[in-house]
Amino acid sequence: MDALLRSEEMTLCQMFLQSEAAYACVSELGEIGLVQFRDLNPDVNAFQRKFVNEIRRCEEMERKLRFLEKEINKDGIPMLNTGDNPEAPAPREMIDLEATYEKLENEMKEVNSNSEALKRNFLELTELKHILRKTQTFFEEAHHHQQALHDPSIAEERVGLLGEDPVSRSGQQKLGFVAGVILRERIPSFEVMLWRVCRGNVFLRQADIDSPLEDPITGDSVHKSVFIIFFQGEQLKSRIKKICEGYRATLYPCPETQAERREMAIGVMTRIEDLNTVLGQTQDHRHRVLVAAAKNIKVWSIKVRKIKAIYHTLNMFNLDVTQKCLIAECWCPVADLDRIQQALRSGTERSGSSVPSIINRMQTRMVPPTYNRCNKFTQGFQNIVDAYGVACYREVNPAPFTCITFPFLFAVMFGDMGHGLIMFLFALFLVLKEKQLQAKKIQNEIFSTFFGGRYIILLMGAFSVYTGLIYNDVFSKSLNLFGCQWVFPSSVGDYRLEALKGTDKILVKPNGTFTGSSYPIGIDPIWSLALNKIAFTNSLKMKISIILGIVQMFFGIALSYLNHRHFQKPLNIIFDFIPMVVFLFCMFGYLVLLIFVKWLKYSSTTAQEPPSLLIGLINMFLFNYGDSEDKMIYSGQQGFQSFLVVVAVLCVPWMMLGKPMYLRYMKRYGQKPAFQALHREEDEDEEVMFLNMSSPSPHHSPNGTATSSSDNEFKHQPLSVNSGDLMGSRYEEEVIHNPEVNGSLHTEEGVEDEHENFSEVLIHQVIHTIEFCLGCISHTASYLRLWALSLAHAQLSEVLWQMVLRIAFRFSRGWGAIGLFIIFQVWAALTVMILVLMEGLSAFLHALRLHWVEFQSKFYDGTGHMFVPFSFDHIADANPDE
Amino acid sequence: MACPILGPKCSAYYMIISVWGVVMLVLMGIFFQIRSPSLFEDINVDEEAWAKHNMNLEFVKSSYEDNAVNCWIAAVLYAVLFVFSFIQQRMNARQTYETS
Repeated sequence: MDALLRSEEMTLCQMFLQSEAAYACVSELGEIGLVQFRDLNPDVNAFQRKFVNEIRRCEEMERKLRFLEKEINKDGIPMLNTGDNPEAPAPREMIDLEATYEKLENEMKEVNSNSEALKRNFLELTELKHILRKTQTFFEEAHHHQQALHDPSIAEERVGLLGEDPVSRSGQQKLGFVAGVILRERIPSFEVMLWRVCRGNVFLRQADIDSPLEDPITGDSVHKSVFIIFFQGEQLKSRIKKICEGYRATLYPCPETQAERREMAIGVMTRIEDLNTVLGQTQDHRHRVLVAAAKNIKVWSIKVRKIKAIYHTLNMFNLDVTQKCLIAECWCPVADLDRIQQALRSGTERSGSSVPSIINRMQTRMVPPTYNRCNKFTQGFQNIVDAYGVACYREVNPAPFTCITFPFLFAVMFGDMGHGLIMFLFALFLVLKEKQLQAKKIQNEIFSTFFGGRYIILLMGAFSVYTGLIYNDVFSKSLNLFGCQWVFPSSVGDYRLEALKGTDKILVKPNGTFTGSSYPIGIDPIWSLALNKIAFTNSLKMKISIILGIVQMFFGIALSYLNHRHFQKPLNIIFDFIPMVVFLFCMFGYLVLLIFVKWLKYSSTTAQEPPSLLIGLINMFLFNYGDSEDKMIYSGQQGFQSFLVVVAVLCVPWMMLGKPMYLRYMKRYGQKPAFQALHREEDEDEEVMFLNMSSPSPHHSPNGTATSSSDNEFKHQPLSVNSGDLMGSRYEEEVIHNPEVNGSLHTEEGVEDEHENFSEVLIHQVIHTIEFCLGCISHTASYLRLWALSLAHAQLSEVLWQMVLRIAFRFSRGWGAIGLFIIFQVWAALTVMILVLMEGLSAFLHALRLHWVEFQSKFYDGTGHMFVPFSFDHIADANPDE
Repeated sequence: MACPILGPKCSAYYMIISVWGVVMLVLMGIFFQIRSPSLFEDINVDEEAWAKHNMNLEFVKSSYEDNAVNCWIAAVLYAVLFVFSFIQQRMNARQTYETS
């Protein structure tokens, strides 16, 4: 019980780890994940620490693994994730790992560079092949033109240029040509540039290569075109070459005669064949290497990250003078000290060290971290609470109560059986498929939010079904499950058939039509047909939300009593807790009582009589009773109400002035208030825990003498190792009051300062009082959001039904079914999106606010800090890039 | 093997919708059949048409029955849709199994 209500009892421990055993011990501690190490060298920067080298090596290994992983991903090889969690390897295995990774990386790099070179070669050959093929057609065309060109009527320049080709070849000047390959998108500008620079004296032909080519460096597929340029003269040739260079075109030598070209084409084809086989072999080799690596890569990266985490932790340790042992300080739960010792022992055994590791509880005045043990069910609710603020150490933890109140308040706002059922089934799916979904490790953020809160959603859904039953709402329709309790006797005047035919609406008086026994559970379904349905449900829901709110606030105040008692603050009970309860009761607790009285006292026969509670409440504070003596609920109400108001008003100075006045009085006339002294005696006696009593460590032996030596000597001993029974209560005061001893070892963060003077206390108390009194009123009003949201939800779902689904029922006969088939889908999708998701989100947020502000402000401080144990858990399933 | 028309997500969506549709529409049909007064506003009866039929109770009854039949037909359609999307789902599953 106490474990749920309050955070774990924590203790600060010192660990003495032999340097050779330290690694194994820390690794064992990481596996159990129960200790939080303190950084003992906060002033030392990261590069001056002891194990910098090892961390660097780990980072290097991580880099190699990342490289391998990237290569594996590039090839689309599935990485085997068996989900097993290897232990952190011993330090000497690190060298093996390093060697393995080094070898793999080098091999990969070699294979990559080889295949790149081969691919470049292959690309060139393919391009050449295409050039030869395409230019063939160019030359053939030219040949054709040769015959056609004897017709002088074609005076076009291009044709002329070509036409002169054979002439020039036979005659005075030879036409030169250059062939190459260029990216397809560069062709237009390339053409324009050539035209301008060469003043139209060149002739460009180009043809697209149909199949995309692979870029050897990036691996993208690119489209290229073959071009051939005819020109005249050396000067033009050099210009063209420059332009080609500028456009990153690749030029290939192309023989001039057809026979040579054919010969070359054949040569190229054979070389491509050869290259293909070689490339295939290279790919195979690469694939084999990667597949082998993919099998292990997850395990490897977990191993490396574990090693790194261990060295990182070791860096936080102090080295003792003899360099033989490392001193660590850590927070750990008292209940788990046995397991920690066990882990240390097995760590020592594993490392083969003969000297045991020692853990030793320390006395401290630092505020311990808050550690709430959670299972998968409570974790979600604990997260809700922690999102507001981490509880102070040993403060009452609202999470166990939130488990029920949160879904319940949500459901009050989300009351609809249909929507609740959808939510419940969705969460049930998540819960039942928990293992499979967890194994899938879906990274989608929205999904992981839902998945993390699956138990919350499950409860929210289930509770919504219940409140839906109470509100009698299924997709805004009512169910008549138990039989309506209103009957219309056809014999009575107003309800006779003839009378009914005459009117559209009738006024149903409860007197005479109501059977007297109410509908067994929830709202009578007849209300869904009534015109004043909203007026009725409003009054009911408002009352319910006030009742729930006041009860929850009382509960919060009651929890503050547990806090005061645990922290030994009797003054707070007398001057805070009691006036708070009285004040809240006099104002709103009384109202809740009146609500119940009103429900119980008036039956259907006297339905017209009861007075309005709201007006009554206002009048109560104005002492305005007028002549409405007959409107009273019980006799003597006036006097009692006036008494309550007076008491409530008296509570204010009680709360505001009581504590400061008492403290002032005690300071002046009495001794020091007892509670302050009590305050400090909570710290437990420290004790020594030997892992192995038979062979105490050399560092430890002097302590045996220290225990028997004088307290003076003890005070100056930085380790302050002692056993509680040896320390008489006489010395306790001294032990606690020697900050210079502990101060040298750790910074005094969060040490409470006890001296409070009168004005400070007074101001604090005044603020507190005003906050509470105003808060009482505003928080009660704030709980009305329960009503407002549930009204909004009911209305919205009704509107959706009327605007969408009703259309389907109004179709003419033949089309009705088809129309219903289509419109139902629309309605279902809208229901899920608007009513379940959006409304659910808003109800969730409001429930969250009610817990954070209205409930927790009554007792919760939330100024603690979280216990973050050193654990390998998150390493095993986290992303490498985190 | 025939290629699935719906993708894996789409077929899952239709499976859920059609299960919901079948359950809800069958129930709605029953409620129309027993002439639930809550559904009076949903049936195809407006004042004028009703007045033409002389405020006849039979008219209302037949309107209720029409709607009940419509609901059941739509439920059957959803049952068909369910079978179809279920087959699609299986085909998708088999395909991913084969490719992987």
